[in-house]
Amino acid sequence: MLELRDITAGYGPAAPVLENVSLTIAPGEAVGLLGPSGCGKSTLARIVALLHPPRAGIVTVDGERVRGWRHRAPRHLRTAIGITFQQPRAAADPRLRLADTIAEPLRACGLAAAAKDRTAELAEAVGLTAELLHRRPHEVSDGQLQRACLARALVHEPRWLVCDEMTSMLDASTTAALVATVETYRDRTRAGLLAVSHDRDLLTRWCDRIIQLPPALIATSR
Amino acid sequence: MNADAPPAAPLLSLRDLTVRFRLRHGVEVAAVTGASLDLAAGECLALVGESGCGKSVLAAALLGLLPANTEVTGAALIGGVDVLAADERTLARRVRGRLIGLVPQSPAAHLNPVRTVRSQLHETVRELLDPPRDRLPGLVRQAAARASFPADHLDHHPHQLSGGLAQRAATALALVGDAPLLLADEPTTGLDRDLVDATTGELRRHADSGRAVLIVTHDLTAAQRVADRVAVMYAGRIVEVAPAADFFGTPGPRHPYAHGLLEALPTRAFRPIPGMPPELSRLPDGCAFAPRCPHATTACHEQPPQYDGLACHHPRFPLPEAAGA
Repeated sequence: MLELRDITAGYGPAAPVLENVSLTIAPGEAVGLLGPSGCGKSTLARIVALLHPPRAGIVTVDGERVRGWRHRAPRHLRTAIGITFQQPRAAADPRLRLADTIAEPLRACGLAAAAKDRTAELAEAVGLTAELLHRRPHEVSDGQLQRACLARALVHEPRWLVCDEMTSMLDASTTAALVATVETYRDRTRAGLLAVSHDRDLLTRWCDRIIQLPPALIATSR
Repeated sequence: MNADAPPAAPLLSLRDLTVRFRLRHGVEVAAVTGASLDLAAGECLALVGESGCGKSVLAAALLGLLPANTEVTGAALIGGVDVLAADERTLARRVRGRLIGLVPQSPAAHLNPVRTVRSQLHETVRELLDPPRDRLPGLVRQAAARASFPADHLDHHPHQLSGGLAQRAATALALVGDAPLLLADEPTTGLDRDLVDATTGELRRHADSGRAVLIVTHDLTAAQRVADRVAVMYAGRIVEVAPAADFFGTPGPRHPYAHGLLEALPTRAFRPIPGMPPELSRLPDGCAFAPRCPHATTACHEQPPQYDGLACHHPRFPLPEAAGA
């Protein structure tokens, strides 16, 4: 169980983006997060992925309360949650070949020995050929790069996956292919999912339940 | 809406546009191959296809915005000017902003971040209309009003605008020169549903007021909302052109690729087309879709001719007699 309780979060001295938000994702469950631009969807996604410290509130992963936010959440919890972002061009290091992009989280955790096999396995799962793996981001399309970013998110076999607008830059066919890849992975591992999008049709088709965030607190307080 | 008949004289007539990028080591990228289109005043055409199929290159070619290593052949007639053959001076003085207005992909990135909207409109009005000094402020306000940009936000900088207002500011700039053709390159990417509705609504309004609108997009839902006709592009070729009502409704698309693209929508089968689009630097000799096509035959080793708005050896159904488009 991944649980957020009474989360308040924001940036700098400004008014909070989220106030008293609670959210639970069970193993194997797919939760959709819907809302207009600027309502705090991505902030919530980043908190779920343990990348952004909330101002107040508690996050627990399988009963273990996340501590140490000031520096970084503990590694064994961060690696239990994978995340993909909206813009693959901004999320992938332009200097790394796709193979190294996928393997980087393993190397960062001292698991470089496993990198080669794992990369090949994941590349096949997301539909990247060996030739594409040797290219750098500027030599592939947005869709191909997002496939690599999804593979990177799965490299630690996460128990939860956060897809923050994973497909909003992509065409219908690539969208369906990436969602199918995520679902194949989840069928095998019973991983939980938080899918963030502003596309209601997509989330309705993809998720077990949908949470709608209200319009931005910032906008109403200004 | 004029979905029933191809109206009289087309405003844009694109014939056999071919774009090649020459790279090092003799690599050649076939970005666009033999694209032909007609677009009438008051009509909105959506050019759809997967990312990297060459649709944005087609748009850039019309504005003469391609890099120097590009070879462009074909003809694109707008208002008596062949914009593909025009030199930089003609493009700058007669085409950009005057014959073709560009509504950019991400307005926030297109607008100058360090200048107010008023100052940017000011510059564009002065450049395109060259009015007497005392009429300038009035023309700027008019230009803003035409794109429904609120006058009290004119002195804001781009970062102070919401996504929707930034979009309107960019549209206002595109409308200043009263160009008969509006070119919208991925106008809805990354916008939320309300903004998509607003943006497509505005584009539709411009088409209804007599402009020709060409929308380049991968967002089929937006295309369905706004377009009179749809052109589908695959691997640099236009493989199908059809009235939007037929394409999205019944009888549906005729090309297997277009059919696959629609079936990938979450509101339909949500089933991806197997495989990935081919590299534009090494396209197969025959139909580029054949390797992914469920109905491919040996005939597909040859390039299908473009006929009745379709390039396929085995359309899903023959063209209904009456339509003739």
